[in-house]
Amino acid sequence: MKELVCIVCPRGCRLKVDEENGYAVTGNSCPKGAEYGKKELTAPTRVITSTVKISGAAIARCPVKTDRAIPKAMIFDAMKLLDSVELTSPVKTGDVALADVLGTGANFVVTRDL
Amino acid sequence: MFRKKYDVIIVGGGPAGLAAALAASEKGAGSVLIIERDNTLGGILNQCIHNGFGLHWFKEELSGPEYAGRFAAMLKKTAVEVAVETMVLSIDAAATADGLSVVRCISPDESVSDIEAGAVVLCMGCRERTRGAIAIPGTRPAGVMTAGTAQRYVNIEGYMIGKKVVILGSGDIGLIMARRMTLEGAKVLACVELCPYSNGLNRNIVQCLEDYGIPLYLSHTITGIRGDRRLESVTVSKVEGGVPVPGTEFDIECDTLLLSVGLIPENELTRNAGIEINPATKGPKVYENMMTMTNGIFACGNVVHVHDLVDYVSAEAMRAGAAAAEYAAGKRVAGRQIGVKTGPGVNYTVPCVIRPDNVEKAVDIFFRTNVPRKKSVINVMSGDTKIAAFKRDYMAPGEMEKITVPKVLLAKAGDTLTVSVSDAE
Repeated sequence: MKELVCIVCPRGCRLKVDEENGYAVTGNSCPKGAEYGKKELTAPTRVITSTVKISGAAIARCPVKTDRAIPKAMIFDAMKLLDSVELTSPVKTGDVALADVLGTGANFVVTRDL
Repeated sequence: MFRKKYDVIIVGGGPAGLAAALAASEKGAGSVLIIERDNTLGGILNQCIHNGFGLHWFKEELSGPEYAGRFAAMLKKTAVEVAVETMVLSIDAAATADGLSVVRCISPDESVSDIEAGAVVLCMGCRERTRGAIAIPGTRPAGVMTAGTAQRYVNIEGYMIGKKVVILGSGDIGLIMARRMTLEGAKVLACVELCPYSNGLNRNIVQCLEDYGIPLYLSHTITGIRGDRRLESVTVSKVEGGVPVPGTEFDIECDTLLLSVGLIPENELTRNAGIEINPATKGPKVYENMMTMTNGIFACGNVVHVHDLVDYVSAEAMRAGAAAAEYAAGKRVAGRQIGVKTGPGVNYTVPCVIRPDNVEKAVDIFFRTNVPRKKSVINVMSGDTKIAAFKRDYMAPGEMEKITVPKVLLAKAGDTLTVSVSDAE
């Protein structure tokens, strides 16, 4: 039995995950919590948010995020990829800044109109 | 170019101002002006590039700029006017012969202008407590700054501010910056928290500290800062009963100290306008519809009390904006007033006064408890009479609580309601 704090929403439910029983989750308030509990112990993932260089905009950095969660183990390699990205204004929220991050199928997308 | 007169003037274009303006417009205010001192709308959301915003309001997880962008896009479809790079200097409530308030502001284009408003909504938000506010002894080297300042440097300006970082305070901004600095290649050596518990959301402890193996020192504080030009090290001490324990000191070599030691509602305008302040929140006292104790002046968001989630700010601001529009259109609330008092276990309440005649079906009361608690009961009493009770499995000072009291129960209350928290039996 493993105890976790769910990070799906700010509520922060205290989950208990039974590894020997098909990763059955208790303590969750919603189905997303059950899914998180199982995933966190089998294949943990995170959405990455960061910034990239932008030229021609009012500010120096453009915020980006992965459009879906990527494996936790890839976080720092994904961050490294952003060092070489440079956008040019104008960009729109949702524009792809970097496609198919490390073969995961996730894209870094712009999160602010600049 | 400003008009001389607006139905509703919103002071501040952050999340509270955006939602208040939207609601005022939707409620029928013909002319609404947002006055914002920065050069763009969105406030602090613009530098909060992490995700986790909007789960309640938009039912999806957004970053700060996306959340602000959604509201800005909705505002574009209304007639709401926006004046950026414009600073409000003073507010004179009900100053004109016909009861309008006068907002004095200054901008590069128009110099000083006096604008009349049927109602004003205060949406100035809050600012961070600084090193000066908590008086950490030591030298004054570069590298000591608030977490929000660091967030602006890194996320907006594109400067990396240090390589070896210590964070004092485990509020959400500090936790978020611990992760952000780590992702950008810095080593975050410790997060030091005075209280025996964290004031941040549990999810942030997990995804910002535990994910990256950053140690959290509870019941510890920083008692020394060393360094000539640049920060060289800090001294950490154990704390018991709020006092550093001699002999427990240890030093951490670092070049950056980020302070996440609390937020203070920014109420200079409010105070100068003579609007009554609640000492517990340092924000204005408000009625059930977010009007301050001064007629025609409303307030919402972090200027009233510091919120955990922007979604709750938006909800509060929508109520304030709608009520301001009604006030500007001539609606006045009369009748009985019920004062809301804090009992044991409750640090403050919003609102401070409820007018039952202005409550449609039920009134929401927001508050924070004083210490972390397990199974608890929130009691709403009128004198010795219990009006309502609410059960909670878990409560913490870091998490704002909300109870909803139906109008029918308000009818049973006398002149005051007292909200208290006790352990469940």
